[in-house]
Amino acid sequence: MILYFLCLILFCVGLYGVLRKRNIVKMIIGLGIMEYAMNLFFVLMGYRFHGRAPIDAKDQNILNMVDPLPQALVLTSIVIGLGVTALVISIAIRIYEKYGTFDITKIKRLKG
Amino acid sequence: MNSATIIPLFVIIPLAAAFLISLVGKFIKRSSETIIFISSLALLSFSLYARFLLNSSAGKIMIYKIGGWTPPFGICMVLDGLSCFMLITVNLIAFFVAVYSLPYMEQYTDKPKFFTLFSLMVCGMNGLIITGDLFNLFVFLEIASIASYALVAFGTEAEELEASFKYAIMGSVASTFIFIGIAFLYSFTSTLNMADMARVLSNKQNEWVIPFVGVLFLMGFGLKSALVPFHAWLPDAHPSAPASISAMLSGVLIKTLGIYSLIRIFFNIIGATQGYLTVLMFLGAISMIVGVVLALSQWDLKRLLAYHSISQIGYVILGIGLGTPLGILGGLFHLFNHSVFKSLLFLNSGAVDYATGTRDLKETGGLGKLMPVTAKTNLVASMSIAGIPPFNGFFSKAIIIIACLQKGNFGYAICAVIGSILTLASFMKVQKFAFLGEIKDKFKNIKEAPFAMLFSMVCLAIICIFGGLLLIPSLRFFLDDAVAVILKGTGYAGVVLEAAAK
Amino acid sequence: MINNPETGMTLIVKTITRLTVGLILLFGIYIILHGHLSPGGGFAGGVIVALSFVHLMLAFGKDVAVSRVSKNLASNLESIGAMMFLLVALLGFLRGSFFLNILAKGSPFNLFSAGTIPLSNIAIGIKVGVGLFAIFLALVVLERSK
Repeated sequence: MILYFLCLILFCVGLYGVLRKRNIVKMIIGLGIMEYAMNLFFVLMGYRFHGRAPIDAKDQNILNMVDPLPQALVLTSIVIGLGVTALVISIAIRIYEKYGTFDITKIKRLKG
Repeated sequence: MNSATIIPLFVIIPLAAAFLISLVGKFIKRSSETIIFISSLALLSFSLYARFLLNSSAGKIMIYKIGGWTPPFGICMVLDGLSCFMLITVNLIAFFVAVYSLPYMEQYTDKPKFFTLFSLMVCGMNGLIITGDLFNLFVFLEIASIASYALVAFGTEAEELEASFKYAIMGSVASTFIFIGIAFLYSFTSTLNMADMARVLSNKQNEWVIPFVGVLFLMGFGLKSALVPFHAWLPDAHPSAPASISAMLSGVLIKTLGIYSLIRIFFNIIGATQGYLTVLMFLGAISMIVGVVLALSQWDLKRLLAYHSISQIGYVILGIGLGTPLGILGGLFHLFNHSVFKSLLFLNSGAVDYATGTRDLKETGGLGKLMPVTAKTNLVASMSIAGIPPFNGFFSKAIIIIACLQKGNFGYAICAVIGSILTLASFMKVQKFAFLGEIKDKFKNIKEAPFAMLFSMVCLAIICIFGGLLLIPSLRFFLDDAVAVILKGTGYAGVVLEAAAK
Repeated sequence: MINNPETGMTLIVKTITRLTVGLILLFGIYIILHGHLSPGGGFAGGVIVALSFVHLMLAFGKDVAVSRVSKNLASNLESIGAMMFLLVALLGFLRGSFFLNILAKGSPFNLFSAGTIPLSNIAIGIKVGVGLFAIFLALVVLERSK
């Protein structure tokens, strides 16, 4: 049970980074932490006590394995996270070109 | 090959178009325009044909099993009244926006990249609408979102990058909440198929999982559809994109990603209780008023339109939140109407921008004489959004207000009327400062927009004028089937699983 | 160009890179081809393939890596990978269903088994490998141009 709460704490760390940090690179890192916290959480959902990895092999007979579906889904989610991170980082680099700063409080040309 | 083979085409065509454009677009001149035109025309005709097929199918539902796997184990695609309604809306707008973009995007440098992203966005939306699997819905939602983040930043000017960054961060946080919701639902029901999930949920009792998941989804999809407490990104992101993309974002993206998923999950999977409906109605009413009040003080044409999107989304959510057949009918009809007239308004603002190079209402004026088609279509769209008879906006707003009164929610009915009046005021301002009055000297020799842009605008204006005809009995099946799916609630599970077992 | 001491890192790094980069590439290809038998597959193998090019770029500088795989080639290959994947999925229509596995399944634990799954893995491997490299390249070019 403690593991689930650790995931929640990790998620909150990420959320704190996104909401409170002023540097946009730190915000992106916060986003990454958030995504990984939820991936970890989803993998934990599929865990079974004394289960082993769901890999079929020629000479073994698996009796008790963890749920393989969350692992496949998390892989997809990691790919999505990669896409988002790459896009956001390239936007951040361009923002630095235009504004000359990473400080979110100084990037305020829109009226909000 | 049975008639359900048409369903995966809605994903295959835009996906193939996207990668074909990125492959040959650089080498062969005009190839990207040809491909995007053919693919969006094909999508529009296929979606209309799918509606025709749906009428002749048993139980008004079609299931496609990907790879031949039966639903609880494999991924299935479901085409029912609601998905068909959304498909036609999305592909109709996408076709006209694609035609409009052909000349409009000349002012930007890299057309093939634009059309690749555009196709991917359409692919994401179509996939989200037809899928019958909850995780698949998340994947398509992310495809559409990532394409839209990139499209908002397409001009790579300072403001656009800033808006896109804000949008990307907010959107990713929303996706995270949705993902956690899906994780909880999966661990609770051990299935990802939406129909099977609904079946399992109706047999299980738990006091805290479902409300908790409901709150997570409400936050996630509320952020995606820009309901009022979560609306901060929309007025920045939508005006910053190129006009054709603003039309797509405001017209269909927030509805598909936000409202359609919200309806599908809350009504068909979790089962909408009175508590959820009250929250939806409340959020809808707040969005309606706050959006329009904020819109009144705007001088940037596109920013004004973006605030109106928030307000009009409020009407849709209010109608659906009423939960009565009439309210849902009004909500869905307003969804369709809003996507038509809001994309028309954004295309108009793009035409003004194209001709004059500005969208500040303080600088424009008297454009009506030099740009007659733009001015007239804009008048039609403004009257539609303000709810003046006989345009389509009047009918849907009237239905929503009548449904409010029928259910005894007089406060919400008054809110809707006030919102409508303020909308009218705000669009009278647009008419006065943009198209009426004296022309400024520096705009003396501007020209009307090119033919393809006018074609899209005129077609959309015609739909605005005759949109009310969808309510006559022989055409009402288009809306009624969608309403029937929502009203069936968690009975959706039985219908889908039964159709899949055949 | 490779032996130019002006660009890239020190001689030690360059020598080690020269020894290991081929092995890394080979390992990536191995992971892609055995995706249907063991952990890994198109995405994981593609990332390793991309990392071998990134490794080259870090050690020798941008020009050497670009001379191996140029940016145009990378983006074209990426589209081809995606088209291949779609084609494999469309092949299923020959027997009646999208994504249907139409090839012979073979016996389990053989390299040539599992029908169209290895083909999909190869397509994804190409797409991810060059796609990730193209992203890295684009970020580097963006940073230099300021």
